[in-house]
Amino acid sequence: MKQSEHRDRIPQSKDTEWYDLFSRGARDWLRHNEKIRDSVKQHLPELIAGSDVISRPDNRTLRVPVKLLEHYRFRLNDSDQKNGVGQAQPGKVKAGDILRPARGLFDSAGRQAGNEPGGVQLLLEFKIDDIVDWLWEELELPNLEPRPGETLVDEQLVREGWDRRGARSRLDRRRTLKEAIKRRSVQDDAPDFTNEDLRFRQLAKRQRPAMNAVVFFLLDASSSMEEADRKLAKAFFFWVLQGLRRQYLNISTVFIAHTAAAWEFSEEEFFKVTAQGGTQASSGFALVLEILETRFHPSRYNAYLFYASDGDNFIEDREPSEAALEKVAAAGNFVGYVEIAQTLSDALDTQMSALFQSLLNRGLRVGSYAIGGQEDIWPGIKKFFNQQAQHGAS
Amino acid sequence: MKRNPYCGPLEQLAHDQGLDFYPVEFEMVPPSFMMEVAVYGFPVRMPHWSFGVRYIYQLVQHRMGHSKIFEVVFPGNPGRAYLANTNTIQENALVIAHVLGHADFSKNNLLFQRAQEQAGYHVVEQAAAHARHIENAASAHGQERVEMVLDAALALEQHIDDNQTLSRPPYPAHAPAEDPPPAAGFRKRFTSLPGEVPRKVKGHEHVRAPVPPHPEYDLLWFIAHYAPEMEDWERDIFLAVREESFYFYPVFSCQIMNEGWASYWHARLLREARFLPNDHYLDALRAHSDVVRPFAGEHEIALQINPYHLGFVLWDRLVEDRGLDRARRIMQEEDDFSFVHNYLDEELAAELGLFSYSAKRCGEIKVNDADINAIREQILSPRYHFGAPRIGVTQLRTDGTLDLKHDAIADGRGLDSEYARKVLEYVHCVWRRPVEMHTLDERNRETVIKVGIKSH
Repeated sequence: MKQSEHRDRIPQSKDTEWYDLFSRGARDWLRHNEKIRDSVKQHLPELIAGSDVISRPDNRTLRVPVKLLEHYRFRLNDSDQKNGVGQAQPGKVKAGDILRPARGLFDSAGRQAGNEPGGVQLLLEFKIDDIVDWLWEELELPNLEPRPGETLVDEQLVREGWDRRGARSRLDRRRTLKEAIKRRSVQDDAPDFTNEDLRFRQLAKRQRPAMNAVVFFLLDASSSMEEADRKLAKAFFFWVLQGLRRQYLNISTVFIAHTAAAWEFSEEEFFKVTAQGGTQASSGFALVLEILETRFHPSRYNAYLFYASDGDNFIEDREPSEAALEKVAAAGNFVGYVEIAQTLSDALDTQMSALFQSLLNRGLRVGSYAIGGQEDIWPGIKKFFNQQAQHGAS
Repeated sequence: MKRNPYCGPLEQLAHDQGLDFYPVEFEMVPPSFMMEVAVYGFPVRMPHWSFGVRYIYQLVQHRMGHSKIFEVVFPGNPGRAYLANTNTIQENALVIAHVLGHADFSKNNLLFQRAQEQAGYHVVEQAAAHARHIENAASAHGQERVEMVLDAALALEQHIDDNQTLSRPPYPAHAPAEDPPPAAGFRKRFTSLPGEVPRKVKGHEHVRAPVPPHPEYDLLWFIAHYAPEMEDWERDIFLAVREESFYFYPVFSCQIMNEGWASYWHARLLREARFLPNDHYLDALRAHSDVVRPFAGEHEIALQINPYHLGFVLWDRLVEDRGLDRARRIMQEEDDFSFVHNYLDEELAAELGLFSYSAKRCGEIKVNDADINAIREQILSPRYHFGAPRIGVTQLRTDGTLDLKHDAIADGRGLDSEYARKVLEYVHCVWRRPVEMHTLDERNRETVIKVGIKSH
């Protein structure tokens, strides 16, 4: 292979053969993976809305199971019976012998899939930040800007300038040395260092938009919410959270489920929670308010509340709910209401949505999203972020 | 490389035994590279992501210890052989003898001869040149576009017509002149009636021949020459893939003969090698019995045949029964299809313990009645037509539509429609006009798969 281009181009020691420098197989495998990533990227909104995505919020990656790409060729239909030739010790087998008994149909189908190249699955790991970036591009979602004046403001100490006096710990040695060199270059017989050379870093107080946020996820855990409803709520919550992460440096989450009373849960427990009993949304809102005031004071945190429910609520609970919600909405940045309605005909025509509509009419920052199935998740997310951007602009 | 001490003596011995081969250049390479050569078919071949998928499968298999590749050999003048540098000296004595058997085969077998006369004696270098052209095309036209062409060309890799030559003239533009009916005897009375001015016979040169004039099975060639809107560099890629297929065809259709011949000769050369110390001979023999064995490990039944074993036993028998000269004639003139049909007889099949079986969809595997014809047919049926369904171009319509027809009768059943559609989509990307495939569906009803027809 002396005429291979790799030998011409790359200077190499005598012992290194060209094939040690470069693996065609590895290159083409990487290209295959790149193609898979591209096609996953193109179908990301559908994929992510699907339930086979495993979220691992701790290390900020997401695993998507994908099949290896198959390079298709013409092939014949499967026939019911395949014939072949085998070999055995002479006399070992005779006509009519059953070498392998029939299996259940399901089993055989499963095995076959595993043996074919197309059936092998690859777990691709994506950085959630990358995915969110792709999505924002794909869905043409706005980037949220910190709202000047309106948002909370933190005071922050930043380094700014130098002074000849200061605390010993802020001595800038490099700068001091420079000053000494400069001085010595114009003085004859000068001392190495003088007090005049010392330079201290100065700190200044600056204001910056608050980077802390808390997101409350409130779930109606009453028996009318089914497993599928929870999944939809989870997907919506997950992507809202990812989007908000783009805006805030530190983001805390609080998970609350309510029936007639409300409890706080850890993330893992939260989506498994089931409970019996009636629906009293005000209990949930009251708990949100309580946690907001004790742990995430509105003067230090941007607060978001997302409430997922099927929309039913006790009629008597309307007034307390409205009062509590009003307080939350006033204290926080935004309250979103996600109505999980498997039949969309009566969507946003419930107790709860009427309540949110009246809050919206009074100029509070609230929004409602009707989610009937997977396909509604992305329009909902899109609507939310577009609303946020408008709030920001106004 | 450091030459194996047995290399020279073995070559001399092979000559003395009547083997006739071009010189072979041996190169010792790491197993990782052996694996790549096995995956790509060439040491340097065009880049395509599908090779990456095969590479990963092979890598996984290799790591699990399921396969060990001793050698890869390329015919030509000189021939090239790559040996794994992890082979022991003893193993390499066997491998070198084996390679010499291959070299003898590829110089003398007519199918190999024909392929090399047409494609030249430097396949390895030519494949590398194709790779470089295609990499250049990728930098000139973009990786995506080149990949699109390769998706189609490599998917049709097996669809060449071995009865045609590598470089083929285009179809004649006009239909061949039909002889006018002989004006004699009874007919003569009516060709010119008394007083009639003889009718002018329409010139045949004005009758356009249909394209193609007959069903065309060389799909790569046909698309490269008759695609209405293909660019020249795209046609070149098709022809490069086709050239490589012409090289692979004899390798594919003489596998049993070729591997058997090489195995026969490595066994025979080692047996005759007086210069080989006894313990080295025994070690080499151990490697021989690992390669040429019907069953893997301690199993006593295998559901496929080992072509090394089958070929070895057939050649051993032929040389014993008919003499070396007759065996050499067979080696020169036949391919696997005639080899198995002519020389695998009932007696030998019984001796080898060959049996035919049927595997049902439910997983049941049942041994069939011993029937030598069924056994031969089932050994050979995966090898017909380069192992691919028979698909021919039947018509190039005036609007540029490409009509393909699958010969479902010869293949016994129709095409997998999902796969066929995907391949047609690849083809449509380069053909750029509608593409249609006539085949049978899973219930054996006629069906047409259409790609590229704009829906209203």
